[in-house]
Amino acid sequence: MPGKLKAKIVAGRHLPVMDRASDLTDAFVEVKFGNTTFKTDVYPKSLNPQWNSEWFKFEVDDEDLQDEPLQITVLDHDTYSANDAIGKVYIDIDPLLCSEAATVISGWLPIYDTIHGIRGEINVLVKVDLFNDLNRFRQSSCGVKFFCTTSIPRCYRAIMVHGFVEELVVNEDPEYQWIDRIRTPRASNEARQRLIFLMSGELQRKIGLKVLEMGGNAVVGYLQCFDLEGESGLVVRAIGTACTLEKISSTLPATATHPSNSSPSKDMKEPGFGEEAPGVPLSSGPPTPLRAQTFSSFSPSKSYSRQSSSSDTELSLTPKTGMGSGGSAGKEGGPLKALLRQQTQSALEQREYPFFTLAAFPPGFLLHVGGVVSARSVKLLDRIHNPDEPETRDAWWEEIRQEIKSHAKALGCHAVVGYSESTSICEEVCILSASGTAAILSSRFMQDGPLDTEHRLSRQPLCVFSTGSERVEGDMGSSASLGFEEVVSPGCGFCHIPYDELNIPFPAQLTYCYCCRRYKVPDVLFTTIDLPTEANVTGKGCLIQARLCRTKKKAQGEGNATVISNLLPFLEYELHTQLMNKLKLRGMNALFGLRIQISVGETMLLGLASATGVYLTALPSPGGIQIAGKTPSDITYEQHISNMQKKINDTIAKNKELYEINPPEVVEEIIGSPIPEPRQRSRLFRSQSESSDEVSELDLSHGKKDAFVLEIDDTDAVEDIHALLTDSPTPAGFYSCNTEIMPGIQNWTSAIQMFTSVRVFRLNANLTNQGLNKIFSDLCENLLKSLYFKLRSMVPCCLCHLNFTVAIPEDELIQVAVTAVAMSFDKEQLLENGKQSGEKTLIKAITENDEQLQFNLELNAETSAPNPLSSPKGLSEVGSHLSARDRCSSWIEQLKLKAHTIRRGSVKTTSSMEKASPLPEGRSRSLRSNRSYSGSSVAVVKMTPLSFIPGAKIIKYLGIINMFFIRETTSLREEGGVSGFLHTFIAEVFAMVRAHVAALGGNAVVSYSMKECVFMENPNKNQAQCLINVSGDAVMFVRESELESTSVQTQSATTHTSNGAEGT
Amino acid sequence: MSVELDVFVGNTTIMDKEVYQLWLNGYTVNDAVKVRIEGGVMEECEASAEVLLSDTMDQYRTFQMCERLLHHPAKLANQLLFQIPPDRQAMLIERYYAFDDSFVREVLGKKLSKGTKKDLDDVSTKTGITLKSCRRQFDNFKRVFKVVEELKGPLVENIRQHFLLPDQLARDYAAIVFFANNRFETGKKKLHYLTFQDFAFCAGQLINNWTLGAVDNIMEDMDVDLDKEFLQELKDLKILITDKDLLDQHKSLVCTALRGKTNVFNEMEANFKNLSRGLVNIAAKLINAKDVRDFFIDLVEKFIEPCRSDKWTSIDVNLYLTHYTNSVHILDTFKHHAVWTRYMGVIKSCILRMYHD
Repeated sequence: MPGKLKAKIVAGRHLPVMDRASDLTDAFVEVKFGNTTFKTDVYPKSLNPQWNSEWFKFEVDDEDLQDEPLQITVLDHDTYSANDAIGKVYIDIDPLLCSEAATVISGWLPIYDTIHGIRGEINVLVKVDLFNDLNRFRQSSCGVKFFCTTSIPRCYRAIMVHGFVEELVVNEDPEYQWIDRIRTPRASNEARQRLIFLMSGELQRKIGLKVLEMGGNAVVGYLQCFDLEGESGLVVRAIGTACTLEKISSTLPATATHPSNSSPSKDMKEPGFGEEAPGVPLSSGPPTPLRAQTFSSFSPSKSYSRQSSSSDTELSLTPKTGMGSGGSAGKEGGPLKALLRQQTQSALEQREYPFFTLAAFPPGFLLHVGGVVSARSVKLLDRIHNPDEPETRDAWWEEIRQEIKSHAKALGCHAVVGYSESTSICEEVCILSASGTAAILSSRFMQDGPLDTEHRLSRQPLCVFSTGSERVEGDMGSSASLGFEEVVSPGCGFCHIPYDELNIPFPAQLTYCYCCRRYKVPDVLFTTIDLPTEANVTGKGCLIQARLCRTKKKAQGEGNATVISNLLPFLEYELHTQLMNKLKLRGMNALFGLRIQISVGETMLLGLASATGVYLTALPSPGGIQIAGKTPSDITYEQHISNMQKKINDTIAKNKELYEINPPEVVEEIIGSPIPEPRQRSRLFRSQSESSDEVSELDLSHGKKDAFVLEIDDTDAVEDIHALLTDSPTPAGFYSCNTEIMPGIQNWTSAIQMFTSVRVFRLNANLTNQGLNKIFSDLCENLLKSLYFKLRSMVPCCLCHLNFTVAIPEDELIQVAVTAVAMSFDKEQLLENGKQSGEKTLIKAITENDEQLQFNLELNAETSAPNPLSSPKGLSEVGSHLSARDRCSSWIEQLKLKAHTIRRGSVKTTSSMEKASPLPEGRSRSLRSNRSYSGSSVAVVKMTPLSFIPGAKIIKYLGIINMFFIRETTSLREEGGVSGFLHTFIAEVFAMVRAHVAALGGNAVVSYSMKECVFMENPNKNQAQCLINVSGDAVMFVRESELESTSVQTQSATTHTSNGAEGT
Repeated sequence: MSVELDVFVGNTTIMDKEVYQLWLNGYTVNDAVKVRIEGGVMEECEASAEVLLSDTMDQYRTFQMCERLLHHPAKLANQLLFQIPPDRQAMLIERYYAFDDSFVREVLGKKLSKGTKKDLDDVSTKTGITLKSCRRQFDNFKRVFKVVEELKGPLVENIRQHFLLPDQLARDYAAIVFFANNRFETGKKKLHYLTFQDFAFCAGQLINNWTLGAVDNIMEDMDVDLDKEFLQELKDLKILITDKDLLDQHKSLVCTALRGKTNVFNEMEANFKNLSRGLVNIAAKLINAKDVRDFFIDLVEKFIEPCRSDKWTSIDVNLYLTHYTNSVHILDTFKHHAVWTRYMGVIKSCILRMYHD
């Protein structure tokens, strides 16, 4: 009996009237865990009963604690007939099983009924006494922490990243059991909810066991999904990344002083440079005092001495110091790189799948990125005969993972990051998809031997991430020139191609990196990960979507599966082309957070690809889009084409302005390798296009060799181009992305607004592919427009983590669901930020100085040869200086602009404030009202799909939230139709998530996502049903303003905003 | 092709004040969209009519879902379904309970019964306020009335606490409840010139001075009913007009005081007895519930109209009433000073408030 679960039922409120005669309720509560049930007394005739029960104690195995939810049922006592259920509350005990998470669950939780929704609230107290169990063969995995967050959680540091963990469990779906014919919908829904609770508990426990086996203590990037396979069963599967995490002690990192939310890493790498001081003898004068300045502004100097000393010892401790000799080899760094790779490879090869569900990494972890790898397969579902041996499902996924692994290999990569898996099911056909980004990782976090924990432990939190650069340096031994590359170019290093340039797996134009001029980079880069914080980006980014609809013949069984598999490659190809075109149209050269969703219906396939486009400074500037007609005979036709060409050119120019893309002009010199034969093209990574050959033949006005040609040879192509141009730009003041952060925006206020929007569109029969495409595209565009309009009061703001999910719930229905967070950033703070950015550029200049200095050193080392690299490097140096200044000046310009609009628009703004809705107004108003209405009894719980909360510091992770709800109605019209029904349900789900987080002692959910929203209706019968699955990490945060005591300036600035947004 | 379902749910419930007002005013979704388009929000935000329609529907749905909470404003603060910042909650409540003066004038003093509710379509046609809005306002009156009817303690405070209304609005509701409870007649043609605020002011005077709660502070009291004992005592004032000496004496005292101070002295002197009779008779009859209902019409007929026909200014009225009240205390045979003060204090301020065009 290694655990004792205790529960106490305190009170209820807002209960529904169960007795029409008296307009009151005689309520009592059943508390159930496993097979044990306790009851409270009946509290007669009240809608606000006070039970104040004793502590109900359950003595159970910790295995059960992990699997089972605590089930609380509120009932109305009836003397003559059966007691009526009012509703239920399921409580996940898991957060209480981990010492670092919550210790007690206490608070008002909504009482939920699958037919009536929320019916009042109940106040409960739940505790767990856990006894240590040292049994080696135990089946439980208490204490393993789970995080939905796809990066290292904010108040932890990664000591080791062990790798991929996966598991799936299957069961029969209660909805499809024979008993379902005789039981009530309520009973069936509850059976389903309970089963899924049990299954996710079991899944989590099993994954936890795997993590313990690997020696880890946490799962990061935990992604759990349900496959409702209908007749054939119910699959719950999960993937994640096993890690060993260590809590960062509460000492405040220096980053807290920054109002910007940029991850700690950004600032931490600065000390990394300082680290070089003892290692590389730098004697020249000017930079040193400057550097000292940097130190003082960034971190307490105390940590410094500590850090350097420990890193010294570490140098000698690293098992890899022996390879210094390798460093002296050629400047290409080939052998050394290979060696490095070998090492990591060996570390990785021990794993079956070198996959990581992480999308953001500690600096220095991600070395190079190859590109997106994806695999899909179409399967026919059959009944799962033996739930205990889900072999077929396992085998299916294994197949796909193998394919991904081989794709990554083809790209010269040993790992896949930003990895995710998904399914789409229609009747008996199921499409399994997996995608990720092929990459090369540093072995730092993946050593197999025991780590020098002693030293690590003694370290200041600050230095942990920065060790990256040091360590690599150490590895390099004396070969400064090589070590230098790895250290100096964190902003472009990940762009450098990992594959052999003579052996490119697909046609691509390679150029020398525009940042360092030393390594080759591709012309475009697609990835599924977040934009690395250290990446050099020009301008701002934006959401780019490719949307596609394809009709398909109705078919059955195997025939259907064949039809779908035949369609898939075309679908992907077109999606890719669309993405590429749209990317070029925006003058950008890289995609991050790429997510391609393919949904299957009876008569159509739907493809939606979303990503955030950016301009990576390291990559070459994209050429324009050139239209070429196949039949240059007609004059009007020529004219038509030139008109279109003009439109496209205008759009590109406009977009460049909009996203502030003004890359430094560099001497155009393409050292691209001869384009090799397209040997084996990775399915997705289709860079450039076939037409690139033609480009060189046609001398096009753009004059750039990499102009992208679109051929208009039929009406389809014309339509395509039209479609390309119909994407309406985001309205002024709005930005959008589907990644965690938006490059170019830092000064977030604390006003955030998470939202979910769902639309279902009914199609007419007999639509062509073109017509369908247009409708689907319009649906997405209109949805975005609606969002912009809804959130207009938050301007200037950015919609972050825009996550679209499409589904075909029925024939002729398209469902699109979006979850995202709108975060406003501050105009007023721009001034202060300008100052800060000034500081930053200063620092940048310093680091650049460093670079130069190092570069000089390097030159000294090989003075004999007139270095061919020196000129481009110098150039790029100037370039980056320029860009820094550019950015600065653009800020100033913006500032002027803003000032203008403020002055001119002052009358307008006040008038609109009077009548329109407005949150920002609330921001100023709530300052006073917050105080006057402090009596509100419900704590505010923030929700966000991001892993952080702007202007705040997460101090504790309280456990994972993973909830599954079913709602059904037989009075659809009375509940306001389908929209009214779903609106209420989503609001209820939010309310329940918030209540559970608050009960855990938290005030926010981060990395929130709605993973499933299955909606079915039958208006003729006045019925509808909906299933929703949500997850996230419950956290406790504190405002930075409350934490700070030092920097007064920033404090005054942030308190203003934080106070204001407390209400929102 | 049609949008079958379209919802937007924010973690913090987004509510547009303008749309809320349109909803409160009883506009249909389509009408609201028209109003919004005319308001120019489309150009401001680069939106289309379609977007506006979707947003309006969504907001309307949100308001409908909130409505049942607004019926018990205290619940709004501790419900979990909608996360609404406190200042926004206050705004929602305040606007939901706000009413149109033109509407309230129609039902002021009427019994808040089903019968009255049935006649609301007439009120709607007459005032131009949508029937939906009329119903909401009427139901608000009724709801507040029902809750505070049985409550002890000060009326305004009760309303403020139970409905979380701002002070002024709570006072207005107190007036409405008070009028409905005492069924004061306000609909006669002669009273048409009076605004709701005039009546609300008078109601405040009556509540503060003539109810049981006005004299003792025992919690037993109720502010909605007039102090019966006081009404009984008012009969004693009749002596001022029945006793010929007292009447003459009173007149001469007032005349002496006013001579030369007013342009309407002659008219005043001529009318004194009539006016005095009017006011004292009102006092004496207040013990009958029926006469209480006619309180305001009596004031107008017996005092305000005669003065107005003689072209008194409100300064004249003020001067007259001041001296009329004070002179009584000099009369040696008159004993009911306390009642007189309590009566005339209210009468004076009511008349002064009501004395306008």
